[in-house]
Amino acid sequence: MLLSLMIFVPLVGMIVVLLLPRESEELVKRVTLLFTLIPLALAVALFISYDRSTAGTQYVVNVPWIQAFNIQYHIGIDGLSVTLLLLTALLGPICVIASWRNIEKGIKAYMALFLLLETGMLGFFAALDLFLFYVFFELTLLPMYFLIGIWGGPRREYAAIKFFLYTLFGSVLMLVAMIAVYLNSNVVNGVADGLRTFDIPTLITLAATQGHALADQHFQIWVFVGFFIGFAVKVPIFPFHTWLPDAHVEAPTAISVILAGILLKMGTYGLVRVNMAMFPQGLHHFTNGDGFLGNSLALLGFINIVYGSFCALAQTDFKKLVAYSSIGHMGFVILGLAARNSEGITGAILQMFNHGVISAMLFLLVGVLYDRAHHREINGFGGLGSKMPVFTGITTLAFMASLGLPGLSGFVGEALSLLGAYEKFKMLTILSTIGIVVGAAYFLWTLQRVFLGNLNPKYEALPEINGREILTLAPLGILTIVLGVWPNFAINMFSESVTNLINVLQAI
Amino acid sequence: MQPLSNIESLLYFSPEILLVIFAAAVVLLDLVVKDRESIAVAYLSLVGLGCVFAAVLITHFSFGNADPVSLFLGMVRLDEFSTFFKILLLLATAATVLFSLRSEELDARLQGEYYALLLAITLGMFLMASSTNLLMIFISLETVSLTSYILAGFLTHNPRSSEAAFKYITYGAVASGTMLFGLSFLFGMAGSGDLGHISVRLTELLASGQVSPLAVLIAITFVLAGVGYKIASVPFHMWSPDVYEGAPIPITAFLSVASKSAGFALFIRFFYAGFGSTELMQAVNWPFMLAIVSALTMTVGNLAALPQQNVKRLLAYSSIAHGGYLLMGGVLLSAEGVGAILFYLVVYLFMNLGAFYVVVLIANEVGSEMIEGYRGLSSRAPLVAWAMVIFLVSLAGIPPFAGFFGKWLLFTAVLEQGYYWLALVGLLNSVVSLYYYARIVKAMFLEDYDEEATSVSFSTGTFALLSVFVIPTILIGFLNIFYTFSNISVAVIPM
Repeated sequence: MLLSLMIFVPLVGMIVVLLLPRESEELVKRVTLLFTLIPLALAVALFISYDRSTAGTQYVVNVPWIQAFNIQYHIGIDGLSVTLLLLTALLGPICVIASWRNIEKGIKAYMALFLLLETGMLGFFAALDLFLFYVFFELTLLPMYFLIGIWGGPRREYAAIKFFLYTLFGSVLMLVAMIAVYLNSNVVNGVADGLRTFDIPTLITLAATQGHALADQHFQIWVFVGFFIGFAVKVPIFPFHTWLPDAHVEAPTAISVILAGILLKMGTYGLVRVNMAMFPQGLHHFTNGDGFLGNSLALLGFINIVYGSFCALAQTDFKKLVAYSSIGHMGFVILGLAARNSEGITGAILQMFNHGVISAMLFLLVGVLYDRAHHREINGFGGLGSKMPVFTGITTLAFMASLGLPGLSGFVGEALSLLGAYEKFKMLTILSTIGIVVGAAYFLWTLQRVFLGNLNPKYEALPEINGREILTLAPLGILTIVLGVWPNFAINMFSESVTNLINVLQAI
Repeated sequence: MQPLSNIESLLYFSPEILLVIFAAAVVLLDLVVKDRESIAVAYLSLVGLGCVFAAVLITHFSFGNADPVSLFLGMVRLDEFSTFFKILLLLATAATVLFSLRSEELDARLQGEYYALLLAITLGMFLMASSTNLLMIFISLETVSLTSYILAGFLTHNPRSSEAAFKYITYGAVASGTMLFGLSFLFGMAGSGDLGHISVRLTELLASGQVSPLAVLIAITFVLAGVGYKIASVPFHMWSPDVYEGAPIPITAFLSVASKSAGFALFIRFFYAGFGSTELMQAVNWPFMLAIVSALTMTVGNLAALPQQNVKRLLAYSSIAHGGYLLMGGVLLSAEGVGAILFYLVVYLFMNLGAFYVVVLIANEVGSEMIEGYRGLSSRAPLVAWAMVIFLVSLAGIPPFAGFFGKWLLFTAVLEQGYYWLALVGLLNSVVSLYYYARIVKAMFLEDYDEEATSVSFSTGTFALLSVFVIPTILIGFLNIFYTFSNISVAVIPM
């Protein structure tokens, strides 16, 4: 009940916002903030009351929805989803506050769409029925299209439709795979019997049952590929990544935060929830270390890391740099998942959360700078450190966390991912560390170009970061430090779920 | 079950009889009413449609509910399937009447004829949905065709409209001639016009080798020409963009929804009842032919829609593409497939008519059917713009709107039959379709409106009618009750 409330409170908020008069902009913002704070409070409550000692799903609601096809409204949380739900709920109010001043036109529609987006994201992380999962997955598309397309930068139309088409392309392949799973869900030893199902926990059990159609290796490989492409577009994994720099650069600050913080995690979350847990044999096929296909998943992770980092190094647009660094950091998640061991998967999940926090910070910081200078050209700044010491301090923290400085959160996730991957893919892991070096290079270089050196006289009068902006950054900054020194705070949440997943993976 | 005699059948036939009575009454009322601007005839036709609706329900629940009834010595059948289509067609006709009331392109002097013809075409479609005899099938098809030629050319002052009517006749004549030829083949082989007998006879003849599968295939192909023309499937789709563009908008909406639905009713009945037996399908691989036609139809429709600038024409191509999606459900004609077609037709009725209603509104207010005319609509008429978004996104098949659930059912039915390639073609097509639907959305929301933003205001009635389409488009997929349509198909199986 608590969980359903959390998912649908933003939807109620959307309706309320739509009913408010268009002129009262302040009221619209406050109401939206209220309706994003409620899920946050609920998420914190869930996070605290979640029973860490078991891997089973909790707060389960399971009621029939479309009976003719045995589709259920089945939601629940395990350690992985509760972590990401918390992240989503946390970024909600932060983004509303970040949009407080810099959305000029149509604030009502903006906030309404944002609330719809939040319902989609929260629902996605809680869904335990494949059909419901897909509906929530797609529910985020439309609001995102409008949020980028209406309130974005100069090339917003192109970026918005590119995002929409890429994601839709991926998700139709996923839809085929999903229907294939559904149609085979009642076939045992070639005989169809009983009701078909979309229920994820049931499907996971069936896929591990000897003689069941879902447990067939060929079937698993094909379905794995279908789902994988759907999620790979979202992550994004090379070569499906080209929508990301466009979307990030054109989107307004708060939407970039959501994109990097949550939407990318939807891809990796899907990989864990569906691809790994449901199709362990398919996963095995692509990660067994045998030949090209056996290394392919790790290889994709490696390409993401190195390619993303080098692309980031070449950027002169601050936001594009952060966008490409996102691609690089998501590579660690893929690499960690490909390792299929406890360290790798723990590291990957931790990295998902950390990247959500850190990249959100980075995009917020870029937004702060852009609101003042109205451009993002890295070479156009210089010496801001003396003008905006607080801003410089927070940016340095975010940079250090992102490049993986020990003691801050980014380090733990990446280190664990690499540690896990080293067991299986030695060469690729060693090569992947290039990404870390390059990451350090571009962040430090950016730090130098923007904050050190002589102050550009044009920016003599640049005001310091204000209280509202600090309010959006402070919780994230605190999290990076806390998780850096005490990663178990998060790891405890999902360690049981990871153990459970490892058991599934080793059962084949 | 014994077919009823002609006299006994009359009572069961009351909806159709009422349609005829009201069509005549509309013409008579038009003679009496002096005021040319009066909308009395339109209201009379609405009342007529309401009475017919009541009659359909009464006849169905008192006679056709338990067992299907065969009327007029086996010419027409009253069953769940035909009732379903009759209700669907009535909804579409009622919507068209309401659109016509608000449309400003129609000539007020001709409205008596206009509404009478609308009722007449509904009669033809009723018969298309319930005929079980070759003769009756052909007559019903021709009734619909002839009436729609006139309606397409109803804008007498507009050369495009006349062109549309002329093209429509030319294509239509060829298609129905071809179909008639195919029907004569069938009659010659089976010695009966009754679909049930044909099915049984053909199976026997094929089994004993007295008829070559090729002859049956030719007959089926020729029949498909006539049916394909009605549902605008490739390669019989060429008429539809021109006709849709030239015809008055309400008629375009009507043709794209009602005519297509009736075409599918005929298609399902014909193929399911006539050629649905397993032996026949094994001998003559018509499902494969249909799969190809379906893939081509959606691909051609979607690709041709991409560069369109005229919204009406764009929706015409989109409607061709939707014909292709619907045909997927017809491949192999499994019960799931037919159920999916019926479900999709309901969804399609609401979302497509809704989109056309917005086109009517914009044509009235802005005077343009081009995409540029939609620029800045989000600030000038936000509610209408958002309604249009919902219709278009639903047409593209994106959750949480009804169009997605419809497509999902269709794809499930296709995958169930093992046609993976067809499902993949269909899904990739829906990605393509998003692009051109998004162009309208882009014009409404993303492009700045350079002229002074005068807001367009619409009456409450307009919004009420709009919500009649918006609400089902949002809700249908979530409600269990709509998924019961898949059971209806059982009733189509030959007697």
